[in-house]
Amino acid sequence: MTDQPTLITGRAFWRGFRRNRIAVAGLAMLLIALAAAVFAPAVAPYDPYAPVAITVESIYQRPGPAHWLGTDDAGKDVLSNFIFGARVSLTVGIFASFISVVIGGLIGISAGYFGGRLERWLMRFTDFMLVIPDLPLIVVIVAITRPSLTNIILVIGLLGWTTTARLVRSQTLSIKERKFVLRARSIGAGHLHILRRHIFPLVLPLLVVNSVLIISLAILNESTLSFLGLSDPTRISWGQMLNYAFERGAMSSRAWWVLVTPGFGIVWLVLGFTLLGHGLEQVLNPRTEWHHLTDHPRMVSLPAPLNPQP
Amino acid sequence: MTPALRLVSLKKHFAAGRAGFFHRDPRLVHAVDGISLEVAHGEILALVGESGCGKSTLALTLLGLEKPTSGEIHFEGTDVTHLRGAALKDMHRRIQMVFQDPYESLNPMMTVEEAVAEPLEVHSLLKNSAARRTRVIQALEDAGLKPADSFLDRLPHQLSGGQRQRVVIAAALVLEPTILLADEPVSMLDVSIRAEILNLLAEIRARRSITILFITHDFGTIAHFADRIAVMYLGRIVEIGATEEVLRDPQHPYTQALLSAVPVPNPRLRQKRLILQGETPNPIDLPSGCRFHPRCPVAEDRCRLTDPPAVPLSATHSAACLLVED
Ligand SMILES: Nc1ncnc2c1ncn2[C@@H]1O[C@H](COP(=O)(O)OP(=O)(O)OP(=O)(O)O)[C@@H](O)[C@H]1O
Ligand SMILES: [Mg+2]
Repeated sequence: MTDQPTLITGRAFWRGFRRNRIAVAGLAMLLIALAAAVFAPAVAPYDPYAPVAITVESIYQRPGPAHWLGTDDAGKDVLSNFIFGARVSLTVGIFASFISVVIGGLIGISAGYFGGRLERWLMRFTDFMLVIPDLPLIVVIVAITRPSLTNIILVIGLLGWTTTARLVRSQTLSIKERKFVLRARSIGAGHLHILRRHIFPLVLPLLVVNSVLIISLAILNESTLSFLGLSDPTRISWGQMLNYAFERGAMSSRAWWVLVTPGFGIVWLVLGFTLLGHGLEQVLNPRTEWHHLTDHPRMVSLPAPLNPQP
Repeated sequence: MTPALRLVSLKKHFAAGRAGFFHRDPRLVHAVDGISLEVAHGEILALVGESGCGKSTLALTLLGLEKPTSGEIHFEGTDVTHLRGAALKDMHRRIQMVFQDPYESLNPMMTVEEAVAEPLEVHSLLKNSAARRTRVIQALEDAGLKPADSFLDRLPHQLSGGQRQRVVIAAALVLEPTILLADEPVSMLDVSIRAEILNLLAEIRARRSITILFITHDFGTIAHFADRIAVMYLGRIVEIGATEEVLRDPQHPYTQALLSAVPVPNPRLRQKRLILQGETPNPIDLPSGCRFHPRCPVAEDRCRLTDPPAVPLSATHSAACLLVED
């Protein structure tokens, strides 16, 4: 049996994608979040960055007609904070994951394709980075540097590439051994040509799936950082909302809405990206869903009738 | 006239084990172990031998994908053994290969047009896309894919095995090479399609007077097709001659054994079957003397001691066996 190829022609991909409920559900969840984040100023009932005069009555107001999700310890509208908070999570998630996937992809492809000493050193480095627990290191570095949005993205991105590198390396190793790469070499093709035309297109689906899955990890890391108080003070984020809630007596005020709302947001995004990632994996990985992608007519074998009744 | 290809005691040895850091396996795999050969322009030479005798290694060495351990490769009169860089790449334009497995030798994500145009892209030829497409269509038609336009945008999984092999052949022809190496190009195909592909290769040879080195382990496919046959055993050529001579009058006991295993339709021509004794040879520990002697049905004591040279039997026919001298 030859290894079934990974295949993405546009139309076949969409057909497979639409049939995959997990992927569609994930994408729908993410589109809602994305729309909220992009159009936050239009969607949010209040401007969370506008100063408000705090009165005793305005803090920790229960959800009601004026504030659908109540107010927080500073008298601000929780729903508006929640909508604007999606921006930070999505920005950090997408950019950090992009950095991770580019680094992991480069390291994985170079190690797998060139092999030899380069591979040994790169993989030793990867293993070293893999055994360091990510989160404590991220916390330490962000605490030492300033917790600005850029710093948070860089630190999460620069530490999150190890699994990508390992996956891409093993995929590259198996593609490299395939006959069409040998045929390209026999034509006289150089490394650049082979990497660009043969290796990269076949690694790409893996990179796409991986980047989507890594976004949810990055979002969780960012939320944890903010929850621990390491957030960009100039921007509202869900982790930061949780942090303030815990530090400023939401529990004793029984203001459950300040806790549940950002928590729900984090779960929503992480779940959305995870569903989309696994759905894409099924669509793109021919071993699970190969038949969705083939264009040629399949032979349909009808089950033979059981023993004819006498 | 200078031959299209001339090999002078070409050898390719591999390290038997993976080179460890502390211990190195000193043994060698003698995949190709001293091949001297001349192939004329426009000739079809069939290279026959059992699995593991070094046929594919020889092809890869000719392509410059494996560096020869020793010996020389002359290509149209020039020594190309030690070419590197741009000169090697230029040589690749003139020697092309068709691989055994048409299912694996096409990138599943490249269309037929991209696959056939790839050699042009690699060698930066015909950068004008219209001219490139004309050349691709020409090559596809030469390879028997008609109408060629309807194949351009197809992906490999939309083609049958025979069509894929035709695409591979078209890609090999697009640079107009002088030598085509075909490594078991039909063994993975349905029997019904084999003859078509063989006819195609014969037709291409007739039209372009291209030289074809046809690698196979099956005498049946080549009888009507090859001009000459070279029989390989453990990295060496043990018998070579015109197809007629080798098939009618095989001289080396190994050739005789191989031929006696081929089913012959006419019972009157059927000979006594020679069954090869012993194990499939191992190219690491070569037998002393004649490397065929442990399996040879007619071996004598001297075969254990002397490595037989090629003995000429006619102008075109020779066999490396001590017993043919008598
Ligand atoms: N890269 C390599 N490293 C070590 N040994 C090798 C390598 N390539 C081939 N060999 C060995 O060299 C010998 C000849 O192999 P080769 O593939 O040339 O045989 P072949 O005649 O093409 O066989 P087949 O008919 O099965 O294709 C085999 O014993 C093989 O194991
Ligand atoms: Mg072979």
